[in-house]
Amino acid sequence: MIRATIHVTLKAGILDPQGRAIRQSLETLGFAGVNDVRVGKFLEIELNEEDPAQAEAQLKAMCETLLANTVIEEYRYELKPQPSRHSS
Amino acid sequence: MKWGVIVFPGSNCDRDCAHVLTDVLDQDVRLVWHGDTSLNGLDAVILPGGFAYGDYLRAGAVAQLSPIMHAVKEFARTGRLVLGVCNGFQILLEAGLLPGAMLPNVGLSFICEDVWVRVENADTPFTRHYESGQVMRFPIAHAEGNYHTDPVTLAALQANAQIMFRYCRADGTVTEHSNPNGSLDNIAGLRNAGGNVLGLMPHPERCAEALLDNEDGQLLFRSMIDVVTTGSDKKQMTS
Repeated sequence: MIRATIHVTLKAGILDPQGRAIRQSLETLGFAGVNDVRVGKFLEIELNEEDPAQAEAQLKAMCETLLANTVIEEYRYELKPQPSRHSS
Repeated sequence: MKWGVIVFPGSNCDRDCAHVLTDVLDQDVRLVWHGDTSLNGLDAVILPGGFAYGDYLRAGAVAQLSPIMHAVKEFARTGRLVLGVCNGFQILLEAGLLPGAMLPNVGLSFICEDVWVRVENADTPFTRHYESGQVMRFPIAHAEGNYHTDPVTLAALQANAQIMFRYCRADGTVTEHSNPNGSLDNIAGLRNAGGNVLGLMPHPERCAEALLDNEDGQLLFRSMIDVVTTGSDKKQMTS
């Protein structure tokens, strides 16, 4: 089994009004020096797959077809192989 | 003329569209469940407004994978008329039937109000009963109507007269202030390169009868009826 974590974020240069509002709120709270905030999505996916290369190919296809809209978003993922549940 | 209105789980303007078409314009309408796979016998299809699949992940992202969308793509490919309103526009974008994507409104609010919209191109199957430059009052109701695309695609949209409606002032001037949601180039509606697929954020079905004191949207449906029933405008329908 492989556990994957995926970050989907707005591409650089795309205005993120949510991030901007959060930055202003942080400033209001007294957190000076916050230059920028970008808001994105975080997904955890558990794959019934042992081969990291296969898993990566699947993840890439998932991101391209559904998880990210590549017109406005970019994605990155990490794979963490999990010990098999059946091993002793 | 036979219309199909797609019903996704979470659509909420499907009945409004059907009402205008049947009760105001005397049309045949079939409500088509998103799980269906056929649009046989229909002349035009509407993807209505709402919150299909709760807008999970992104507005339209899950809906565009519904079984009926294969039929909608084939319907569009063969040159027949497809209209996406609000959430329907978002679904057409996610499905790749129209270029670009929607971002959250720049002010982060859900905006529900009447806006002024200028008809940019009246020489299309969707707008032939309007005049280019005509200013209409249309209601909008959305949280993600901030249209975005890359500069190359925008230039192509402009060059091919694919931008159909733009947010403007009452006098028709397109200004930053008249842009309710931050949409690129004040775009409120656009069509595909083939000219037979239109997406727009404003709701023509909510302003199509005298009872509501606004009939500006009715001309859009009348344009489509005219094109289909008279069989004219072949060039744009099949190009």
